Amino acid sequence: MPAITFIHPDGKSEHVETSGGESVMQAATRHGLDGILAECGGNAMCATCHVYVDESWLARLPAVAGDEDALLDGTAAERLPNSRLSCQINITPELDGLVLKLPERQV
Amino acid sequence: MTASGTPASTGPASVPHLDVDPFDMAFFADPYPTHQRLREAGPVVYLDRWNVYGVARYAEVHAVLNDPATFCSSRGVGLSDFKKETPWRPPSLILEADPPAHTRTRAVLSKVLSPTVMKQVRDRFAAAAEERVDALLDQRSFDAITDLAEAYPLSIFPDALGLKPEGREHLIPYASVVFNAFGPPNELRQQAIARSSPHQAYVAEQCQRDNLAPGGFGACIHAQADAGAITATEAPLLVRSLLSAGLDTTVNGIGAAVYCLARFPEQWQRLRDDLTLARNAFEEAVRFESPVQTFFRTTTREVELSGATIGEGEKVLMFLAAANRDPRRWDQPDSYDITRRTSGHVGFGSGIHMCVGQLVARLEGEVMLTALARRIARIEITGEPKRRFNNTLRGLDSLPVTITPA
Repeated sequence: MPAITFIHPDGKSEHVETSGGESVMQAATRHGLDGILAECGGNAMCATCHVYVDESWLARLPAVAGDEDALLDGTAAERLPNSRLSCQINITPELDGLVLKLPERQV
Repeated sequence: MTASGTPASTGPASVPHLDVDPFDMAFFADPYPTHQRLREAGPVVYLDRWNVYGVARYAEVHAVLNDPATFCSSRGVGLSDFKKETPWRPPSLILEADPPAHTRTRAVLSKVLSPTVMKQVRDRFAAAAEERVDALLDQRSFDAITDLAEAYPLSIFPDALGLKPEGREHLIPYASVVFNAFGPPNELRQQAIARSSPHQAYVAEQCQRDNLAPGGFGACIHAQADAGAITATEAPLLVRSLLSAGLDTTVNGIGAAVYCLARFPEQWQRLRDDLTLARNAFEEAVRFESPVQTFFRTTTREVELSGATIGEGEKVLMFLAAANRDPRRWDQPDSYDITRRTSGHVGFGSGIHMCVGQLVARLEGEVMLTALARRIARIEITGEPKRRFNNTLRGLDSLPVTITPA
């Protein structure tokens, strides 16, 4: 199953094994990862599962949809060109090894 | 039966029948034993009292919420089926609508209540919470429902909407009618509707563009009509949604949080030790108390749900509160734990109809609990809490408390 590496703001990295048919947010919360809040539970409403995608992976992700784009303007930490909402990234085998940085804060 | 191709084992006959009325006073006084009965009876049950299907486990509640094509909202999210009965008021364009109509109106309210807008109102909401705590510290002994859970949202939300100062006393009674009306034709519903005309008249009037101050949420909705996202006749009805669902819900949410923190002093102490827990303390109270207890859906086709076959045109009652305490989903579901990972609870619903004002609710809850915990050492319940009875909302009518300053 694809694995994802999350890098915390203090530089520590955390490895999360994922299972099929879930989003990055779901994998992170199931793993108990600190730093992903997901207050709305994955309904693309709250912008509290914000991540920064490692540059080398950016082009391999599906494009940002309109809803997600608007929500990203409301993230607590600064929006950067590589900002995404992890609830909108569905895990596929091609994403094995994905590297995501966590923002300083989600609210 | 065989001639129509429907096996005899399907339909209401194949699911457990329960003789419980989830809308009577005895149930409201203590719903938890019945919630457990409903969950344990099976994934899908049938309630003979109102001839409806019910789901009380987390998995099925979540599944129904997330399949709006099968479990629709346009036939009403209360017991009344809009295909068979005339609704008591013109249907909501968002709550009581399905895609594609819903998608358009939903986008408008999502924009008006977005995370970006919350950043803009945060300081104002936080300052009002501090002012409320100033007043409470002067009082020392007060009713935590009237003087806190109601007073705080009333001090910010009508202004944020842009309402005129006159007539605001209709707001909570109007919301109470709306939430009672989702229930069956019991005394609560009949009396609420019978007394609703002055509240309805007030609300209809305030939804008009001329009565909404520039810059408020209401004016922003009307501005969306200028932009072509909705029509000018739709805008007032969308403002009505905020008037219906934006105040009494947060009153009950904040009331629930204060009631929890007053009952569980060790959680209050944890919050005082780490104020960053305030937002989750509110969220956990929404899971634990579930201010919105239930909603209905109506099936658009015959559907199989966890082994039960439900025919077309059937009402399905979702017990959000029971799902939020389903031991299949939650560890120690009956404990209020402000450090719990609350993501996924259905206190705000889930899916396309998930509470569009959830960010407002969380903001109000967070800044209020932060202000309380920073300046108050202890909250003591000093009298018998009194429950307020409503077909959909769970909350208190009165909670006498005495506070000790920090």
